[in-house]
Parts: sequence; C-alpha cells; structure tokens
Amino acid sequence: MGRQGAGVAADQGLGGEKPAAGGGGFDQAIARDQRIEPADEMPDGYRRTMVRQIAQHAHSEIIGMQPEGEWITRAPTLRRKAILLAKVQDEAGHGLYLYSAAETLGADRGDLTRRLIDGKQKYSSIFNYPTRSFADVGVIGWLVDGAAICNQVPLCRSSYGPYARAMIRICKEESFHQRQGYELLMTMMHGTPRQREMVQDAVDRWWWPSLMMFGPPDAQSPNTAQSMAWKIKRHTNDELRQRFVDMTVPQAAALGVTLPDPALRWNEERGHHDFGQPDWDELKRVISGDGPMNRRRLDRRRRADEDGAWVRSAAAAHAVRTSRAAGPGTGGLDGEA
Amino acid sequence: MERHEWPLFEVFVRAKRGLNHVHVGSLRAADHEMALHHARDLYTRRNEGVSIWVVRSDAVAASDPLAKDAMFEPSQDKVYRHPTHYAIPDSVPHI
Ligand SMILES: [Fe+2]
Ligand SMILES: [Fe+2]
Repeated sequence: MGRQGAGVAADQGLGGEKPAAGGGGFDQAIARDQRIEPADEMPDGYRRTMVRQIAQHAHSEIIGMQPEGEWITRAPTLRRKAILLAKVQDEAGHGLYLYSAAETLGADRGDLTRRLIDGKQKYSSIFNYPTRSFADVGVIGWLVDGAAICNQVPLCRSSYGPYARAMIRICKEESFHQRQGYELLMTMMHGTPRQREMVQDAVDRWWWPSLMMFGPPDAQSPNTAQSMAWKIKRHTNDELRQRFVDMTVPQAAALGVTLPDPALRWNEERGHHDFGQPDWDELKRVISGDGPMNRRRLDRRRRADEDGAWVRSAAAAHAVRTSRAAGPGTGGLDGEA
Repeated sequence: MERHEWPLFEVFVRAKRGLNHVHVGSLRAADHEMALHHARDLYTRRNEGVSIWVVRSDAVAASDPLAKDAMFEPSQDKVYRHPTHYAIPDSVPHI
C-alpha cells in the first residue's frame, strides 16, 4: 500500500512511471490476450509506442474540431447547428478521453499540447483539407467518421486497457456522427440540382483523403508488424481500407453519388471490391506538413492555447486562494441524487 | 511561456440509483468545483449519470501491482470460504 506518486495506482488508471522491463509478466499477458494496465511492467518500446499513438489520436480529435467547427455559425437551420455543435463537442471529448489515457502512461497533457503546437507530434492527415461547403459537413460525418469507426472498432480490443476503454466510449458516440452526416446528405440529395452537385463535389474531394486515413499500404508500413505482435493493432492498414470500401459502396449507391474511382468494381472471386490506390506521395506531403491547411490548423491551435493561458493561471490562482480560505475538505459524498 | 497545469482528478459516475459510482477516467481542473463541471460535460453528455464524484488523483492510495501476489494470494487457498466446498446430499432441500 502506498501513496500515489510512485505510480502505484494501477486499477484507478492513474499515472504510472514504473521502470520499464520486458519481463515475462508482460509477454504472458499479451499472449493470453489480457489487458496491460498503467502500472504494469511493460517494455520501453511498448510504452513509447502507446504514448505516441494515443497522443496522435488525441491531437487528431482536437484538430478535427476545426474543419467542421468553421461551419457552426453558417449552419442552415437551428437543428443542423445544434447537431453540429454537439458533434464538435463530442470530438473535444474524444480528445480529452485520450489525453486522460496518455497520462496513465506518465505523459503530461500540457507537454503533449506543446509538442502538437511545435509540430513535433502528428495528427491525422485528413484534417489538413479545407471544408468548402456545408455538404462537406455531411461528407465528413459519412466518410471521415465512417473511416474512423472502421479504425477504432478493433481498437476497443487493443492491449492497453485505458486506450481500449477510451475507444469503447468513443465508438458509441461515433455512430451518431456518421448517421447525422449521412442524413444531412440524404436531405441535400432530395433538394435542388445545385445541392446535389454540392454533395457530389464534396464526395469527389474527400474520397481519396478518406482512404488515406488508414495509413500507407502494408508493404510500406514498417510499424504494423510490431503493433500487431503487441496486439495494439488487430488488423493491417490494407485490411481496414478494404473493409471501409466494401461498407461504403452500397451507401454511396443508396445516396445516389458516384465514388470518384474508375477502378472501383465488385470482384466476385475475392468477394470484395477492387479499387484504385490513393496518391501516396500526397499523403507523405500532407503528413510532413505540406497539406493545404496544415499551417492554418496549427496556428489556430496555438492561438487557442495562448488565448487561454490567462484563464488557466487565473483559475489556478483562484483555486489556491479559496482553498486557503476554506481549509481542507469540500463536503461529503452524500449530497447526491 | 510557462504553462499553468491544473491538477489531475479521477472521475466516478453513478449511472443510476441503486448502482455504485464507477471510475470512468480523469480530467484536469483548477479545483473541485471546476472538476465537477468538467466531469459533467465530459462524461455525462448522454445521460450516463445521476451523480458524480471527483477525487484528486494524488489523494488516491493504491496497492502495488508488483506486490500483487503477496497481497492477494492468501485468499486463494481458502476454499472453505466458498459454499461449494461443502458436500450436502441432493435430498436435503433449501440449502
Ligand atoms: Fe472522434
Ligand atoms: Fe467523430
């Protein structure tokens, strides 16, 4: 029994900073498909990979608020505005669940934010594309959240406990995101020819970047094998991409839009759709900072951080003053519903 | 610029009356009041709870996972603590 701080609070999911070791306990737990919990022994590489993956995922949720957030004030009806607000708020929540999971590994939330702003940690390439019309809001919900669901559902069984639990929470909410997007597009497809054009135009622009969300092809993805061995990942990039295409094709048909890939067709033998490859050089460029919106996204994030600095310190100062005035203890546990 | 990090709080939510509060995650806040507000916004956006507890993470004491065996093994060889340890003929009712 010990006070937290030496990182012993395993079950609570508190920050643990145990010296890493690749002992038999870890390998055995992985082999038996058991979850790794925060204060367990784990190899350095596993801890580093987990922190990097969770941080990148958290950053993606937070940066991902921007492309759609730009449309909140321009939503065409109060209902659409309320829906979009709720969706963007969910994405903020997803980011915070994930920062919470990263902190169980000894990472520090403020430090991760710093790394994002300084361009030292990455986020999903998809959010570096502009949202040109309100149809983009619908297409993002349908395709981008749809691809995110494909990626995230298997992560609910990821070997790191706090990450897997955050994913379960997130997946429950993503379904709303995808459905509101699809419904928005159905509404527009039942509208004027101009509205239908807007939808098709948005699909044309977002299709290939959505396929890139699954990462490079397996042959060019050096980390996949290790991540699968550690059961962080359960499927390869290409497997997930195939699953996404197969799921999306009938949805596109029901909607009445064309997916912009001349090579896309059903392959009876494979029982899957054949499809073309995205421009992988473009993915490399966008990931390394050279996409259409990279600068804008990071500038916006930096500004939000700087604008919030005085609030953070004022609230901290206020908390110190009131706790001195009130003394220890802030009420019991029984004032509840 | 120096960052003013708020302390970490653990959040526990009671899903409905009759159930225990269950740990759901953590968050950062300046004080308990703000932690409760943030917990409401972060962990109960869809009626997930009727009551929330927040506890400063550094106020939680926990058992050491490396001492898990010493801590929990003594209960493993006490089979006589379980009702199935006792053989009673099937003919005896209500036991
Ligand atoms: Fe999300
Ligand atoms: Fe989402």
